[in-house]
Amino acid sequence: MRRWTALGALAIAVLATAIVVGPAGLAPGDVLRGLVGRGDPTTIAIVRDLRVPRAVLAFLVGGSLAVTGAVLQALVRNPLADPYLLGLSGGAGLGAVLAIALGLGGAWAVPAAAAVGALAAIALVYRLAVVAGAVLDTRVLLLGGVVVGAFAAALMGAVLALSPAEDLRSALLWLLGGFDTASWRTLGIFAAYAAAPLVLLYRASRPLDLLSLGEEPARFLGADVEPLKRLLYVAASLLTAAAVAVAGIIGFVGLVIPHAIRLLWGHTHRTLLPAAFVLGGALLCAADAVARTAFAPLTLPVGVVTAVLGVPVFAILVRRWSA
Amino acid sequence: MERVIFEARGASYRYPGAAAAAVTGAGFRVARGELVGIVGPNGSGKTTLLRLLLGALAPTAGQVLAFGKPAASWRRRELARRVAVVVQREEPVFPLRVREAVTLGRYPHVGPFRPLGPHDRDIVAEALARADATALADRWIATLSGGEWQRVRIARALAQQPEALVLDEATANLDLRHEMEAFELVAALVRDRGLTGVLVSHHFNLVARFADRVIVLARGAVVAAGPPAEALTAAVVERVFEWPVDVLAWRGTRQFIPMRRADATVPHSAGRERSEP
Repeated sequence: MRRWTALGALAIAVLATAIVVGPAGLAPGDVLRGLVGRGDPTTIAIVRDLRVPRAVLAFLVGGSLAVTGAVLQALVRNPLADPYLLGLSGGAGLGAVLAIALGLGGAWAVPAAAAVGALAAIALVYRLAVVAGAVLDTRVLLLGGVVVGAFAAALMGAVLALSPAEDLRSALLWLLGGFDTASWRTLGIFAAYAAAPLVLLYRASRPLDLLSLGEEPARFLGADVEPLKRLLYVAASLLTAAAVAVAGIIGFVGLVIPHAIRLLWGHTHRTLLPAAFVLGGALLCAADAVARTAFAPLTLPVGVVTAVLGVPVFAILVRRWSA
Repeated sequence: MERVIFEARGASYRYPGAAAAAVTGAGFRVARGELVGIVGPNGSGKTTLLRLLLGALAPTAGQVLAFGKPAASWRRRELARRVAVVVQREEPVFPLRVREAVTLGRYPHVGPFRPLGPHDRDIVAEALARADATALADRWIATLSGGEWQRVRIARALAQQPEALVLDEATANLDLRHEMEAFELVAALVRDRGLTGVLVSHHFNLVARFADRVIVLARGAVVAAGPPAEALTAAVVERVFEWPVDVLAWRGTRQFIPMRRADATVPHSAGRERSEP
């Protein structure tokens, strides 16, 4: 209970800080007044239409990535699994880069192309991993993800090499992830889209505990292993594809947050998944706040910040744990 | 309550793409309250047969029934309330405490959503005690020795409150004491609690001393079945395990001693059916 309180307090503190800080240099009092709709209209607009949706979107995306990471690690029984391992980042990247190179217009062209690329990669990897007609082989899932990702990365490299320099820059920045396009609309779309996979994954918490023991023990303990694996893979993949579409490719959160929770706290997925959601959300929200403010008015790619902040912390955790 | 727990009727199974069937025409019954040993050398189809009995595979010919119903047609959770299995190998990847691991045995009863109550916690505590694993409850499973992990897995199986307990080569990498303790525990559960036990093993000497009946498998077929004293003869053991053995009568059971190649020059029946002076 104390841990949940601490985690909740952390989440609220991070969200509040993320809304208060920013390149506009508003005073905290003005931000608070802006939040409730008083004071200068520009301040109100910045706070209500830019900062709040951005902070909440970063939180939701971070939480989703952390949950996906935890689920995929249990599904393939590999601690190195992360949301992008299964070919998704390659497919998404290829889609986005193609859209940029082809000069497709409109704010939604790049995210939509990324989502299509991600879904194509998911479908391809899934097809590769279904063996003997009916069995989803999680080892092939892992390998298929890596090779599909590598193949997409190669094509992406070709497209990038043949693109003009300014396209290259915007493509690279997109690939590193960020929330510059965050708005109430993107937030609404992502929240609507992410809700179902998140609920499905949480409902699968106990079967996930069984599955992380191995498929055969899980089956004999009462889990319907094949439908479970399909559900987990599809829900986790769709969740990641949605995250990629709104925020680009943000590494590290999905890999490390689940391990951090396992080390600090719980190992059963009933605890692990919600705790990873909150911690992952807080981390990504904080990282985005740093990304916006550290070199303002320039914005760092948020994936750079998550890695720079998170890796040392995780290294310390692992050292402490193994000691 | 069904009297017959498992039944195979001319059951065969061929893995997709395999040239030969892994189990061919197996027929036998396991009755309630029995301790049955399934013995045979590596690759004789023991594990496949077990997967058929547990409904993880559906026979490609013949029938396999669990509690009178085709084994593969059981819903996994329902079957897991009645049969608990300790599989051959299980290597957890993520950290877990022993008590949490044993609590997973409650899944068939509580399902995905129902919260665990004091009743479940009592059953877990009792299962831990029964498997002599209470002292391990707060340990991480990664820190357990082979024998301790085995006891924890038996405790988890007991937490399922099963009618039948199946051990698949579950003692293969245990030392003498831990292997004996595991067998004694299963035998005691069968004797005292009316559980039905199925021990799959290639240690025919050990199985002969614990089991009420043995089913001997060779190349996927049942070649002998019955009380150990009848089913396990030197001829059967030599044929099935493809190695010469000598027989010692010991406390009313037969024990088989694998011969050295050098021993084989000694007249074959020299020590047979004679106890030590």
